[in-house]
Amino acid sequence: MNSFSLDLLGDAIDLVAVLLLALGLKGLSRVSSARTANGLAALAMGLAVVGLLVQLQPSPITWLWIAVGSALGGLAGVITAQRVPMTAMPEVVALFNGCGGMASLLVAIGVALFGAGDAGMVERVSIAISVFVGAITFSGSIVAMAKLQGWLETPAWTQSSLRHGVNIGLALLCLLGGLLIPAHPTGWPLWLLVGASTLLGIGVTLPIGGADMPVVISLLNSYSGVAAAAAGFVVGSQLLIVAGAMVGAAGLILTQVMCTAMNRSLLSVLFGGALGATGGTVGGGGSEAGYTRITSCSPEECAMALEQAERVVFVPGYGLAVAQAQHALRELSKLLEAHGVEVSYAIHPVAGRMPGHMNVLLAEADVPYEQLVEMDMINPEFPRTDVVIVLGANDVVNPDAKSDPSSPLYGMPVLEVDQARQVFVVKRSLGAGYAGIANALFELPQTAMVFGDAKAVLNGLLSELRSLGVGKPAPAAKQKVGV
Amino acid sequence: MSSLSNSLWVLLLGSLLGLELIGKVPPTLHTPLMSGANAVSGITVLASLTLICQADGQPALLAIAALSLGFALYNVVGGFLVTDRMLAMFRRR
Repeated sequence: MNSFSLDLLGDAIDLVAVLLLALGLKGLSRVSSARTANGLAALAMGLAVVGLLVQLQPSPITWLWIAVGSALGGLAGVITAQRVPMTAMPEVVALFNGCGGMASLLVAIGVALFGAGDAGMVERVSIAISVFVGAITFSGSIVAMAKLQGWLETPAWTQSSLRHGVNIGLALLCLLGGLLIPAHPTGWPLWLLVGASTLLGIGVTLPIGGADMPVVISLLNSYSGVAAAAAGFVVGSQLLIVAGAMVGAAGLILTQVMCTAMNRSLLSVLFGGALGATGGTVGGGGSEAGYTRITSCSPEECAMALEQAERVVFVPGYGLAVAQAQHALRELSKLLEAHGVEVSYAIHPVAGRMPGHMNVLLAEADVPYEQLVEMDMINPEFPRTDVVIVLGANDVVNPDAKSDPSSPLYGMPVLEVDQARQVFVVKRSLGAGYAGIANALFELPQTAMVFGDAKAVLNGLLSELRSLGVGKPAPAAKQKVGV
Repeated sequence: MSSLSNSLWVLLLGSLLGLELIGKVPPTLHTPLMSGANAVSGITVLASLTLICQADGQPALLAIAALSLGFALYNVVGGFLVTDRMLAMFRRR
């Protein structure tokens, strides 16, 4: 009777946990509720753990092992979460994700080696799936992280079609191992599957270029959900299956959204190799080849244009975050607003290094959320915009995406900054963008390049504007006339 | 076999729920959502805990399971905290 009521209590806790998890994921899709929702999901996770421990009633020695594992993982998690800079968010998500995959992999290996004797056929098949997905998630995520950190380059051989042969071979080995595991759970097929799927994760992720990496991370995030669900089948936990399935589906939706924003199909991301890598001569490593009609100007001229403007739009890109210039940008826009200029920020869906990354980076610099305008809303506004300042963004403002069918970017939705009266592009050099493609915007007559580090240029603009009398406590002459 | 079909139903309905729950998300929240969903996928902690409790004192299995618990908790704790850090910056002024 006692154990019956304990089971009942555990089931009830599980149900509440699933409900809270679902509400949490739902709430994460609205700005107003997102933070509470994240807390709810965390609470749900805590509840699920408590519910499980109530049912399992661990012995003291078991508690010791639980404590050791929890302390190590939890502490490392707290430290990583606090220390990581916001710019490195894609790498960190990849790292966390890889660890989730590793956890599922280890569970499956543990059950295969030590618990397979009394495991039924369902468990054995689940072990094979869990090992396969877990290992791919782990190695793929770690490669994605290393590439984003710049620790790994894209090796030349991975751009030839040879890689498809290698990957197909590895996939066949995985299939072989997976088919043999149910019959011999502790033998060599397990290690064959572990090895082949780890290599397959590397082989599939390594050829993909930096510009497409967010899509890969999102897809791997989906895989880690699948891995968790498979682990749920291995240990027979329905809560795990629900949560894993929800995350798996969520990851797929997000992946699809990102592909749409970049005008890439998932298949071409996964099997197409690095975007622009076959273009050869264009761009790469700061080469100035290909540009003939570049106008450059000093921060002083740019400041004069800003001082005259009524409406200014900033287009922030990842280069802004690399230069840590978000705060200088916020200063500049405050100054302009005080001068009566209408300021907004145009946010491309894939600005930064992940969809939504730029919003996080600007929010960190105290830019009011309302000033961040999404692409569809701001594109019709560009024709009545006096000055656009592009800061460290490149591919997302390339007009070729609309007009040149031969461009690799053709068809990608872009910010139509070429419609504005004046465009200033702040850039360190004429090097190509993330995707390695030349930008026709730079050669337009209304465009001027301001060469330099984004932070230095913005600080230059600030001091130029101040010396023009903008933002002085006593209103400048122009402002009186203007009002 | 009924437990398998139960589990498959759970899998199916869970997937459908996931598809519906986050069908529409403003781009602003894509990064926090990815990171939050990633934290939830660390729910593998449940599998790790189950394994530890069923290990019956076999040291090698205990070690594997505890290691797995560490990895999973790293994912969970780190994921939720970093998501919270991001979302804390979105409060309206």
